[in-house]
Amino acid sequence: MKIKTTPGERIFDAANVLLMLLLIVVTLYPLWHVLNASLSDSGRLMGHSGLLLLPQGFNLDAYKLVLGNPAILSGYRNTIVIVVAGTALNLAFTILGAYTLSRKSFMLRNPIMLAIVFTMFFNGGIIPTYLLINNTLHMGNSLLALIVPGLISSYNLIIMRTSFQEISESLLESARIDGAGEIRILLQIVIPLSMPVIAVMILFYGVGHWNSWFGAILYIRDRDLFPLQLVLREILIQNSTDSMMAGAAMGDREAIGESVKYATVMVATLPILFIYPFLQKYFVKGVMIGAIKE
Amino acid sequence: MQRKSIAMPGAAERRSFPALKRYIQHRYYFLMLLPVLAYFLVFHYAPIYGVLMAFQDYRVFKGISGSEFVGLKHFRELFDGLYFLPVLKNTLIINAYKIVFGFPAPIILALLINEVMRPRFKKWVQTISYLPHFLSWIVLSGIIIEMLSPSRGALNVLLMELGFQPVYFLASTDWFRSVLVSTEIWKGVGFSAIIYLAAIAGISPELYEAAEVDGISRLKKVWYITLPSIAPVIVIMIILNSGSIINDDFDQIYNLLNTNVLSVGDVISTYTYTEGIAKMNYSYAAAVGLFKNAIALVMVLTANTIARRFSDQAIF
Repeated sequence: MKIKTTPGERIFDAANVLLMLLLIVVTLYPLWHVLNASLSDSGRLMGHSGLLLLPQGFNLDAYKLVLGNPAILSGYRNTIVIVVAGTALNLAFTILGAYTLSRKSFMLRNPIMLAIVFTMFFNGGIIPTYLLINNTLHMGNSLLALIVPGLISSYNLIIMRTSFQEISESLLESARIDGAGEIRILLQIVIPLSMPVIAVMILFYGVGHWNSWFGAILYIRDRDLFPLQLVLREILIQNSTDSMMAGAAMGDREAIGESVKYATVMVATLPILFIYPFLQKYFVKGVMIGAIKE
Repeated sequence: MQRKSIAMPGAAERRSFPALKRYIQHRYYFLMLLPVLAYFLVFHYAPIYGVLMAFQDYRVFKGISGSEFVGLKHFRELFDGLYFLPVLKNTLIINAYKIVFGFPAPIILALLINEVMRPRFKKWVQTISYLPHFLSWIVLSGIIIEMLSPSRGALNVLLMELGFQPVYFLASTDWFRSVLVSTEIWKGVGFSAIIYLAAIAGISPELYEAAEVDGISRLKKVWYITLPSIAPVIVIMIILNSGSIINDDFDQIYNLLNTNVLSVGDVISTYTYTEGIAKMNYSYAAAVGLFKNAIALVMVLTANTIARRFSDQAIF
């Protein structure tokens, strides 16, 4: 831009940059703190207080305890099953709904869409839903209860439908004239053309599954079926690190407990931090597609 | 090819049965939609039918069809009993704070990010700002509990170095709500700003160029061009968020709540959970949930009607 800057504007620019730097620090510091604490020597960590700009000593014992813990490992396994199977089913169902409801020629398009949007603003509440899933459908204490009730997010369906609507009808029409059926059109034309929005969906659904825990509190009784977040909850919030330190002397327990907590946070967060840089541009796109619809 | 030959008879019958013809034409759409409709019926509309239990003394073994109908008994209990009104009050206060501070925050952040002149830095700020949105409230609660710890937490050490007494923020009835409001903004502000940044990016550069020719200051450009241009998005976001005066964030509050601050922090969702799932007062808890959902729906519809009357923006 070729604008001449006044002193006032330069002060504003400097202040704004400072403010943004502050925002970055406030956002990242807690994670940086956790990373440093997880790598610290547990004895020195206990003696330390306040800001933690670098690890105190260096020690991977906490990670060894966390990764050797059967509850964390089975939590990981369950969460991976839920993320992979859940996201695949989410995609299949959302694509089916979004595609049919994106076709302007489809006669029941508007009434069905209205019925779906209505569920975004009104629902039965957790008690009737809980009784349905637990007592009527007998899905309790199974990973199905964590996957099936959330098969389609109406919000994601709208995003995907908006994206499908942009595919030109004449392209699909020419495929029909060439003899392709609707299912083949969907699989061979619509889906290959929609990979960006599918990436958005994988991210939204996948992260949702990775982070979810409430369903597990409601429906899962068997500890072997706990997803990672529920195991985390016990360690971080209900403060039970005891199971990991059966062999440790009493005096060391508190110290080890602290670094174990931090290592647990890292172990549960690293997968998200790793995929984040690659996928973040897609979810910005997703929010923007959603915004067009609204 | 085979498909076509099946479709042909439909085309031939067009004159006599237009509806049937369209149905045959759309049979694959119906087929594809079937699992989707089944899902919404079972997992969204069946629980809506299930709210009938709020008007019954629901017994699990009798089900909705067999349980005794008691009318508004549970709703009267909500307002005559000792427990619900404080919970309602907490919910409204916490949500009002969250709206007052939390709704403008992403708009302000988007405006500020937009004023950053270096594109590279701008991108970094954005990317980092929406990171916390992707962490679960369990992980964040663990971090928050450590950061706010009265003995070791970074914030309290800072306070003590400045000569103040340490504060046990999470156990203090004076501070707990502030913690909820500020951590919610911390988690969500960057992500919520995306939609406003997208709206700002869509403003025609010609408007700004014309303003520059007229020598208008940057502040005035924000006030007279940027804000009016994103006003429609702001209105839509107000409508979508209007239910949030009564819809609280269970994931956040349940993980941070403790017995010390139950009197200021117990909200409708945590109360429903305790009453319904832990104590198994199904009908009473369903009544609490229905009360909340009905108010949320009314809020959204009201906001929508007002928005439609005073501007062109509405979602229905």
